[in-house]
Amino acid sequence: MEDLKYTALNKVHIDLGAKMVPFAGYNMPLQYSGLTEEHNAVRNSVGMFDVSHMGEFIIKGSKALDLIQKISTNDASVLVPGKIQYSCMPNGRGGIVDDLLIYMLSENTYMLVVNASNIQKDWDWIQSQNTFGAEMQDISDRTSLLAIQGPKAVEALQSLTDINLADMKYYTFEKGKFAGFDNVLISATGYTGSGGFEIYFENEYAEKIWNAIMEAGRGVGIMPAGLGARDTLRLEKGFCLYGNDIDDNTSPIEAGLGWVTKFTKDFVDAKLFKEQKEKGVARKLVAFIMLDRGIPRKDYDLCDVDENIIGKVTSGTSSPTLKNGIGLAYVATEHAKVGTEIYLSVRGKQLKAQIVKPPFV
Amino acid sequence: MNIPSELKYTSDHEWIKIDGDVVTIGITDFAQSELGDIVYVEIETEGETLNKGEVFGTVEAVKTVSDLFMPVTGEVIEINTGIESNPESVNTAPYTDGWMIKVKISDASQLDELLSAEAYQAEIG
Repeated sequence: MEDLKYTALNKVHIDLGAKMVPFAGYNMPLQYSGLTEEHNAVRNSVGMFDVSHMGEFIIKGSKALDLIQKISTNDASVLVPGKIQYSCMPNGRGGIVDDLLIYMLSENTYMLVVNASNIQKDWDWIQSQNTFGAEMQDISDRTSLLAIQGPKAVEALQSLTDINLADMKYYTFEKGKFAGFDNVLISATGYTGSGGFEIYFENEYAEKIWNAIMEAGRGVGIMPAGLGARDTLRLEKGFCLYGNDIDDNTSPIEAGLGWVTKFTKDFVDAKLFKEQKEKGVARKLVAFIMLDRGIPRKDYDLCDVDENIIGKVTSGTSSPTLKNGIGLAYVATEHAKVGTEIYLSVRGKQLKAQIVKPPFV
Repeated sequence: MNIPSELKYTSDHEWIKIDGDVVTIGITDFAQSELGDIVYVEIETEGETLNKGEVFGTVEAVKTVSDLFMPVTGEVIEINTGIESNPESVNTAPYTDGWMIKVKISDASQLDELLSAEAYQAEIG
């Protein structure tokens, strides 16, 4: 086991009494006051997450776009400076290396934001595809990232910057002065489905920026929120989590990520995915809610009415908003239609569930 | 962490209150804190006689699920219906309102194997 890594805010979390857990090699806050309270704060007001474990790569040079177009399923040629795109990196075998955000920082300069657990794997993969000679730089270890999420995020943050936050469109970013520090990247993105911002800056500002946001957001009741709430928030919106719902053995077409798989250009595995899109796939990622009382968990089996196994849960929880079991699962395509009744095997019992169209909330 | 000295404990993080040949069983403050927000306690073993170590129910938190084990052999004579409608009482009052079952014990000598509060404290560190 490698030594745990620490974000620049480790001490802040411990002083706040957070329950810390190892996650993707980092010592991370799982929760502070309690998962449900933190979840509700984000849905109804605003919460702040330290997600500095995420990885950031800079891709630069006249061939930067060529490299990105090759490794990414989405079409990055439509980006302009200030815009962001969600995408997948195929692994050359029809699976997914990682899902990521692509920021166009300026002409010929991009930032890729990747999952913490995949930083080394992604770096190695992108390097192996870099036959173009694009310049690559891993800035993960010196970059902090805070996600301030919820309907009152603008109210919580506006006093800290001259950038008009309310005017920022979803999936755009601006760089500017924030809480007295220059060159902070403010991005109108997030993983909660409740709106808000993700803010990138140098590690050395981390404690001061965290404290400034907690102070500025006090009036709207900002709460620190941990990885537990981050997971229930994203699952209620049906967002995929790498390692659960997508991985090296799932294709973006199976995962319902056809909307970020653009055949307007060539990329790794494009031919295979195009064929899958045209001919169909044998299994699909679906969202389901429990009709009987019960909570789905990763790796539980799903069955048809005759108790034949038709799929497996990839993410599951009790939804804090709905107070009901919800989940994502791969099921055989013939059972994947919205409205289909399926059964979740829980400790030898078959509990009724139904396939629904995400988001759950 | 609250560990009342008058109770007995197991390494599975359950507490046992002894009252003659009937014991009351619940999970410890440490256990509820590790599980996080509890949303559902499923106990369907009322009236059954179960051996020490057998599963008498499960507790579902938002993030995780955990089995509940019999600390002693005996008959489950009562379950706490209050936690069905109010499962969060296991978080807020694990030693009182959040109790889980009452068991009529079969073999009183098994009680000697339970941990004292000090021994349990040492176990969870």
